Amino acid sequence: MKKIAYQNIDKLYGELASNLDLYMPIKKAGALNFEKYENGKEADIETLQTVKSVKDLFFPQVEHFVDFKTDGTKIDVIDTREIRSEFAIFGVRACDLKSLEVLDKVFLQEPVDSMYKNKRDNAVIFTLACQNPHASCFCKVFDIDASSPKGDVECHLTNGVLYLNPITEKGANLVNKLTCLEDATSESVDLNKQEIKAKIDALPFSNLDLSVFKGENLMELFDRKEWEELSKACLGCGTCTFICPTCQCFDVRDFKTNNGVKRFRCWDSCMYSEFTKMAAENPRKNQMQRFRQRFMHKLVYYPSNNGGLYSCVGCGRCVKKCPQSLNIVKVIKKLGDK
Amino acid sequence: MQRLEVAFLEKAKELLSSGQVNRVLAYKKGEFCYDVSPAVFYSVEELENAVYNGFCGANLSKYLIQESKKEGKVAVFLKPCDTYSFNQLIKEHRVNRENVYVVGIECQGKFSIEKFYKTGVGFVASVQEDLDSVLVNGETKIDRNAVKLERCLVCKKQHVVYDELLVINEKKDGDLDRFEMVKKLEAMTADERFAFWKEQLSKCIRCNACRNVCPACTCTKCVFDNDDSQISSKANADSFEEKLFHIIRAFHVAGRCTDCGECSRVCPQNIPLHLLNRKYISDINEFYGEFEAGKDIAQKGPLTNYTTGDIEPNDFKGGNK
Repeated sequence: MKKIAYQNIDKLYGELASNLDLYMPIKKAGALNFEKYENGKEADIETLQTVKSVKDLFFPQVEHFVDFKTDGTKIDVIDTREIRSEFAIFGVRACDLKSLEVLDKVFLQEPVDSMYKNKRDNAVIFTLACQNPHASCFCKVFDIDASSPKGDVECHLTNGVLYLNPITEKGANLVNKLTCLEDATSESVDLNKQEIKAKIDALPFSNLDLSVFKGENLMELFDRKEWEELSKACLGCGTCTFICPTCQCFDVRDFKTNNGVKRFRCWDSCMYSEFTKMAAENPRKNQMQRFRQRFMHKLVYYPSNNGGLYSCVGCGRCVKKCPQSLNIVKVIKKLGDK
Repeated sequence: MQRLEVAFLEKAKELLSSGQVNRVLAYKKGEFCYDVSPAVFYSVEELENAVYNGFCGANLSKYLIQESKKEGKVAVFLKPCDTYSFNQLIKEHRVNRENVYVVGIECQGKFSIEKFYKTGVGFVASVQEDLDSVLVNGETKIDRNAVKLERCLVCKKQHVVYDELLVINEKKDGDLDRFEMVKKLEAMTADERFAFWKEQLSKCIRCNACRNVCPACTCTKCVFDNDDSQISSKANADSFEEKLFHIIRAFHVAGRCTDCGECSRVCPQNIPLHLLNRKYISDINEFYGEFEAGKDIAQKGPLTNYTTGDIEPNDFKGGNK
């Protein structure tokens, strides 16, 4: 275990950034998001949550991955995928780390998604225990322990000191290089874990009942009449899907240039009316159907296909950010309460 | 203030039980005091979950595009700013006025929960409202203005369309200059202004919340959703590309935007989108004389009406280049 006084935290960021690219929560024009750390940027690890999740660093909103160039009858295929070397992410919360497990099951299964895998293989993740969980947090429901978030290096910020506990060899190798750190013992961190656990136990959503959400209830849940009421105010925007750490649907877009085509992968949203548009027709014709799809996917379809793992991590972003205050907690409570 | 909520519930029950309407569009309780959602109530029993308080910020007018086309009459509780949007929708033939019973309801300004957090009050379990202050969790008194949405500091105050009014106390404050920030932006050099918008609009994740909530955005199919249009976006070459979407949208609603502020309320990245619209409102006022969209449906919109005295493109040089 290592430590550094929080007042000297810029030294840690500086030293990390001199070793490799460092990404962390950066405040820009009043909004906190994961961005590359550079001197002069406003880093902030005290605020609980970024707007967009850490997903953005592994599965970015837009990726330009191939160009097709034409010359007469000849077509060149040019690989434009970005190849990352090792990089660090600092300040990842337990819920966001767990979301990578959810994404792994999508992108690392055959056929492996090379763009995602490259980033996963090269990331060194510094997690951060949640000193002040919010009333909208419900990670405990998904057996996530925000007091001990693990990752490659587990960090705790308590009483003006940042503690760093390497978990993996990758994490230890990087931490051992850092000269700004001092050796530390684990008493403060152990105490901190207990305090956080007590705070989490007292959160209003920490005991949500998920028992009804399982594959055998699929049809019954699908047909529940409450979906109408639950989705009534849904605007059909993509806020929930884009800020969600586990939403992973994407679209592939081609753009014509003078002598070829540029191909992009970009986030898409099942909340959008065109999402399921096919040649013949669109099978999801109204917003209730789209709304139902999103939550059935997170709570029933995905876990049925992935050994019971829910594709929600209880980060509470949708609880905070839905323009009309619709969210997965309301769905769980309404449908879970038979 | 709690007296108003009681009056609201009584009115809603009366409208339903008398058969005057067959449903009520209002707000329903959430899990906390602050996460209320728009909802339609079909019976007096369902109204148990209805609520009217400082967190009922959502503009209900847009829902009336769909609701007013259904069978039977719908009652709706509209705040002063909501009535401007509704009026504009009437003018544009987007709602069936005769299917809507409008109760103009009192509003003392709606809240931003994020502003509560900024005061350091922590978890907001309960809010008791007074005309000029709020009591949080029964112990912390906060100035009401400190937790209001920006739009509520520049309030419209009056209902411009209604079948009846439910107002116990008039609203007194809300007189700040809504063009203050527009003037600041105008006073900047072109480069400074560009830097301001670049920083703000680069945050955009193109969730379309601003467009979907906007009561002036009523196209059955938005050009940006048309996959065949080649401009449906999603894949941007750089993070500032969304400026195009926002500028086009602001132009499209220019002269029709009532400045209801919903775009900025719903933006997950807190982009002050209303400033784009206000710039156009301010320009329209300057070029064509004072005009407020939604205020008077008999008045012709300056951008959709031609007079020989209209300003010519060359009459104005802006930009501070």
